[in-house]
Amino acid sequence: MSQARESDVREDGQIESVSGPVVTAIDLDAKMNDVVYVGHEGLMGEVIEIEGNITTIQVYEETSAVSPGEPVESTGAPLSVDLGPGMLDAIYDGVQRPLDVLEEKMGSAFLDRGVDAPGIDLEKTWEFNPEVTEGDDVSPNDVVGIVPETPSIDHKVMVPPDSEGGEVVDVNSGDYTVEDTVVELDSGEEIKMRQEWPVRSQRPADEKQTPDTPLVSGQRILDGLFPLAKGGTAAIPGPFGSGKTVTQHQLAKWADADIVVYVGCGERGNEMTEVIEDFPELEDPTTGNALMDRTCLIANTSNMPVAARESCVYTGITIAEYFRDMGYDVALMADSTSRWAEAMREISSRLEEMPGEEGYPAYLAARLSEFYERAGYFQNINGTEGSVSVIGAVSPPGGDFSEPVTQNTLRIVKTFWALDADLAERRHFPAINWNESYSLYRDQLDPWFEDNVAADWSEQRQWAIDTLDEEDELQEIVQLVGKDALPEDQQLTLEVARYLREAWLQQDAFHPTDTYCEPEKTYSLLGAIKSFNDEAFEALEAGVPVEEITAVDAIPQLNRVGVQDEWEDYVEELEDEIAEQIGELY
Amino acid sequence: MQKEYQTITEISGPLVYAEVDEPVGYDEIVEIETPDGDTRRGQVLESTSDYVAIQVFEGTEGIDRSSSVRFLGGTMQMKLTEDLLGRVLSGTGEPIDGGPEIEPDEERPIVGEAINPYSREYPEEFIQTGVSAIDGMNTLVRGQKLPIFSGSGLPHSDLALQIARQATVPEEEAGEDGDGSEFAVIFGAMGITQEEANEFMDDFERTGALERSVVFMNLADDPAVERTVTPRLALTTAEYLAFEKDYHVLVILTDMTNYCEALREIGAAREEVPGRRGYPGYMYTDLAQLYERAGRIEGEEGSVTQIPILTMPGDDDTHPIPDLTGYITEGQIYVDRDLNSQGIEPPIYVLPSLSRLMDDGIGEGLTRADHADVSDQMYAAYAEGEDLRDLVNIVGREALSERDNKYLDFADDFETAFVQQGFRTNRSIDETLDLGWELLSQLPKEELNRIDEELIEQNYVEEETEAIEAEE
Repeated sequence: MSQARESDVREDGQIESVSGPVVTAIDLDAKMNDVVYVGHEGLMGEVIEIEGNITTIQVYEETSAVSPGEPVESTGAPLSVDLGPGMLDAIYDGVQRPLDVLEEKMGSAFLDRGVDAPGIDLEKTWEFNPEVTEGDDVSPNDVVGIVPETPSIDHKVMVPPDSEGGEVVDVNSGDYTVEDTVVELDSGEEIKMRQEWPVRSQRPADEKQTPDTPLVSGQRILDGLFPLAKGGTAAIPGPFGSGKTVTQHQLAKWADADIVVYVGCGERGNEMTEVIEDFPELEDPTTGNALMDRTCLIANTSNMPVAARESCVYTGITIAEYFRDMGYDVALMADSTSRWAEAMREISSRLEEMPGEEGYPAYLAARLSEFYERAGYFQNINGTEGSVSVIGAVSPPGGDFSEPVTQNTLRIVKTFWALDADLAERRHFPAINWNESYSLYRDQLDPWFEDNVAADWSEQRQWAIDTLDEEDELQEIVQLVGKDALPEDQQLTLEVARYLREAWLQQDAFHPTDTYCEPEKTYSLLGAIKSFNDEAFEALEAGVPVEEITAVDAIPQLNRVGVQDEWEDYVEELEDEIAEQIGELY
Repeated sequence: MQKEYQTITEISGPLVYAEVDEPVGYDEIVEIETPDGDTRRGQVLESTSDYVAIQVFEGTEGIDRSSSVRFLGGTMQMKLTEDLLGRVLSGTGEPIDGGPEIEPDEERPIVGEAINPYSREYPEEFIQTGVSAIDGMNTLVRGQKLPIFSGSGLPHSDLALQIARQATVPEEEAGEDGDGSEFAVIFGAMGITQEEANEFMDDFERTGALERSVVFMNLADDPAVERTVTPRLALTTAEYLAFEKDYHVLVILTDMTNYCEALREIGAAREEVPGRRGYPGYMYTDLAQLYERAGRIEGEEGSVTQIPILTMPGDDDTHPIPDLTGYITEGQIYVDRDLNSQGIEPPIYVLPSLSRLMDDGIGEGLTRADHADVSDQMYAAYAEGEDLRDLVNIVGREALSERDNKYLDFADDFETAFVQQGFRTNRSIDETLDLGWELLSQLPKEELNRIDEELIEQNYVEEETEAIEAEE
């Protein structure tokens, strides 16, 4: 997070009471949402309520042994993040303290208190390549230079959005730290590579546009049935064990975004470690560079202080917006927004606020929609276009989607990937229920798929949806009378639908090849199942019994398409083989 | 700060409110002396400049307004030494086995600090529990937290004991040099009955497991509030043994339901706004602060693995306790009432059970190359068999195809031969997987669509007479 300077520190106050993460102070001269330092150890906190002379503070660190009478200092500034080169490849806690720096400073694997660290390395030098020359006029968010931050990402240094702009009078080129002045304006303003932004305010943009490009995820069920747009919003609700986190990880790994911000909000420590260990070894399928080069991680695990959990999603989305301003497509994964909502509930109940539904504060819906509204495909004020896509996992208690967090989220997001415990139980992964899920971007995105993948993309998809729907209805009858009581054509439909489920919808996230499936392969595999369907029905009409058709040797090989590297030839040969073998039956 | 007050203003349930004129730290330890000369310990739950709220561990019985209150000026500490191994302690950490006082090498606050996610090492070493349903299907790895979801009257204690007795880590088995990491078990009992406690202790003593164990006992008739301390003492001890003394520590906590009841009791006494079913809104955070203390740390030999046990009220896994637990832990093992009544030992219901860390802890070099495929295939086949059972109830077995019948047989055999092994049998991972192949070989080869073809060739047990042609 951004550092307070000595001179910023204003009037001292005194602690009046301590109860868990909520501390009240008297005689503190602070504004709402100001960052304050609490107690002798200087624990970081934020002002959340002011009543008369009493200021209520949520503290981002453990408050054991803190006692009334200890001093409280206000920084006079709201919670802000440091923005500049050095954020990619980093791993932060909920208030943007780099966890690796904390480990070093604390000299221990356990998180101590009262240690602060800047969000970006202030000492490190970066190569600044100016994009402006003396005499140029610049306005807010204009790019003044480029820093090659990682092999895949050029970091664009911009005029801060709250600047006045003006004429460039001095430009420095070469290696500088983020605190050195790289461009000077006639107003006397010095532009540095580092800027700050308060996390709870949206960074300004010109105009929000209707998204028309998909965020290709490499997951067949997502790209094929429920696509998400760049700049779109999606929710993944599901009970525990249904694969929310694996789905989020898959998106973080394979989505074709320029930048990925992954917020682990109140989740498991080991899962974050997995990300930290895995990502540096994985390659971005489009650029071939290490995935970590485009990733910024925010890890506030469930046992880290609850107030920092509340702020971590804001820290994440502010960083995402900053990259959006550079003209990048950013994807933000928040796992899980339920933990964020619970953090709000916990703080709210300590403040003894009047609770709304299920003890959540009455402002839950407002906070959720405020957050998701920060997503979008934007025309930036510097003329570039960039997007922030937000994918929020939701962990509904008992897997019950009628609870407040899921319901309030569904009112806002346009893509809904419903995870299903039954599917997970039979190890159908990703356990996304195709009957309950939806994407309102489908029509918007069809033109892209038709132009870039195949002209009959949407028709073929519709065939898959119809077949799956039909299967769903037939299954109800099968439950009552058994499969053999159905007419032959319906039995065949069930068989085709089985391959849709097993070969197409299922995808093995842990298989090196199957983990990522390009849209072309998604299309082609579906095409192979459809051509099996067509051949089979033709044979059925010609009088071949259904048992004979489904016993054809080559058909089960459809299940192996996903794991093929050289899938083009494989699919082609397989289609021919199936046609030939079915043809031999009559 | 040894100032004494006689300023108690209110006593309510497990809470005592007292006026103070000097600042008292949050979470600080308090001693209250009753008029009879009894000393009770407590902890500051809320501290303001003129009064404090104290949660009394040993119950507020006998405390009156003239009792004196002493603030000890520090948070609760656990006395730590390697000599704790083999000892039995009370729920507040005092020896109750008649042995000598503990001479600590070091004292640590029981509210552990969070492990920096950056410093963690991802768990991927297999722990062999000798239970097929766990090793084969829901593998436990070092540094994992894998709870047992059970119900009242089910033999979860026998399962826990079996695991405590049989658990080994491969390197220990391999008998590397004597300095290698050893295995230790920490047993934290919260609100269990004297009878259960005796059973545990008998078993521990009989099998010699006590030697490598530290036992914390909070019994059903001990004060409920004390239960909020017991798991923290156990975990502090576990962290010490793991990260100072290089042990692989397995922590068994039973029964988490009693722990949560205690949390609710304190919440209610403080008149807090309750969350679901009256449990406090911060229960997720509170539970996470316990469960997340499992793990491995980069550069450290030892590890902390947790098996918390909880009884689901009404066998309902959407109840807040199992629900919140499931969201924090890395999987869960279900103990099932139906299987238990069929006499399956241990009655583990494999379908809803899950080990999230399994994928990285198995395979070549860890367990066996075929492990993942075999377990996947058995899952799928068992799930299919389970589905068909509903149908059999309606149409009868004769109405089903031969293929369906094979799956039904598989599901039956899976329960009676694979899951069923008895609480005294210790199966190695090889035995477990070979047994898996034996069962899978009842199905036609083409049905094994989740197993690599090469592995099928190597391991499939061909039946001499049966035609392999499957009928759809």
